[in-house]
Amino acid sequence: MTGNGSNGSERSKERAALNGSSATPSKMERDIMTRLNFYGIDAIGLKARDEVLPGRLIVIEGPDGVGRTTQLSLLRPWLESSGYAVVDTEMTRSVLAGNGLKRAKEGNTLGPITLTLFYATDFVDRFEGQILPALRAGFIVLTDRYIYSLIARANVRGVDSKWLRSIYGLALKPDAIFYLKVGLEDLIPRVLQGSGFDYWESGMDMRLGEDLFESFVNYQTRMLQEYEKMIVPYNFQVIDATLPVEQISEQLKQRILPLLPQG
Amino acid sequence: METYGQHQYPGRLFVVEGVDGSGKSTQIALLRQWLISEGFTVFFSEWNSSPLVKKTTSRGKKKQLLTPTTFSLIHATDFADRTEHDIIPPLKAGAIVLADRYVYTAFARDVARGVDSEWVRELYQFAVKPTMAFYFRVPLDVSLSRILTGRSELKYYEAGMDLGLSNDPHESFKLFQQRIVNEYESMINEFGLTVMDATLPIPEQQRQMRTLVYPHLQGVRRLRNSAHETVWVRPAREMQAAEEHENWSSDR
Repeated sequence: MTGNGSNGSERSKERAALNGSSATPSKMERDIMTRLNFYGIDAIGLKARDEVLPGRLIVIEGPDGVGRTTQLSLLRPWLESSGYAVVDTEMTRSVLAGNGLKRAKEGNTLGPITLTLFYATDFVDRFEGQILPALRAGFIVLTDRYIYSLIARANVRGVDSKWLRSIYGLALKPDAIFYLKVGLEDLIPRVLQGSGFDYWESGMDMRLGEDLFESFVNYQTRMLQEYEKMIVPYNFQVIDATLPVEQISEQLKQRILPLLPQG
Repeated sequence: METYGQHQYPGRLFVVEGVDGSGKSTQIALLRQWLISEGFTVFFSEWNSSPLVKKTTSRGKKKQLLTPTTFSLIHATDFADRTEHDIIPPLKAGAIVLADRYVYTAFARDVARGVDSEWVRELYQFAVKPTMAFYFRVPLDVSLSRILTGRSELKYYEAGMDLGLSNDPHESFKLFQQRIVNEYESMINEFGLTVMDATLPIPEQQRQMRTLVYPHLQGVRRLRNSAHETVWVRPAREMQAAEEHENWSSDR
């Protein structure tokens, strides 16, 4: 990461998160806005425009079927009942590229670089069109996955990771990234109970196995390894996703509460 | 992972660059005819033409959904699809690939739109380095008169209206084209572009282009022997077609 110089308080916060202790920001830290901190180049030019982002950006990450949607659907009413305006966004739902990406995935000619860039287009459209305006307006933005799943998918497909980091370098660092973590053995029954094995989520484009199941196992094993590698550098807060839904929700709320703007 | 570097494929890649109205499409069409008549396998790839992506791009343009960043990304996606399908496989197969506009178009337009120049260069890291890249240099008033004569309407993004340079599309187009020219000029040394004088007569430009391309064709497999004994004899019909090629309509 070519991270822009982070200030002292952020570094100590990161260190605290790395040590596993719950980072409790001071009152002062709590009231400042989402910082204009990027993973790489601020290609959109927010710094030049002296952007002020009073909102909060909260990311839920994790593999397909881990329960991200369930958790988000519990967080939203909780935040709203406390008076916070909430916007939620998820992958491949951009106005610009959502449909095109969906159609492109139905064929069998989508190469790894093209897939990566199509996802990036979708992401940036949502980032500029939904996430930034909401942050400017002081919303709490809950996002179902961010750049991390996209990076994991591309890495698994052998796309150059330095290239990936430079593309997604324009992404704002979130206020919190919660990683819902499960092992493969817990993921399989969840996916089966849900929508079943999906072509892309099983990495069938990579020909990793004889059938969907075999491919799913190989693909998701690699995906989980990619998530694991990102925990420290991207400062993920790990949540045990095998816990009961209510317990996970409780943990998330406890960690989100100190991040919320006061008053 | 293909990075932006010298390729080791048996084929060759020639690209033409320049502003709308520079005459580059005419020149690459003539080059293509010549290469085919010389017995080479030629594959032609045009900017913004991927069947997977172009619907999204034209929708984004029509509905004015594009920001400078997403404009850049959707064109990079299109280019990636063509790289993975139209450029790398034919190069591997030993063909001559011709591209009407290449990464330099993106660098010029996107930076003219205000996208970070380092970021957009990183974005195209996967591109194959061309054997030669021709830049058709033309004074702005010449290209503008070629494009604007007989055209009352300019498209929103084509005119750079998204930049808010001017409320008048023609005025905005001029200012935008000037920025693009500045970017091209600064890329000549950066990427070793071969500068062509696009004010010369069409046959003269084509003669120069063939002279420059010729040495790079050594060792490229031909399907059959040359149709003509000497490569410098230009079929009269072809040249005549060039003169008649008065379609200066702005390209994609």
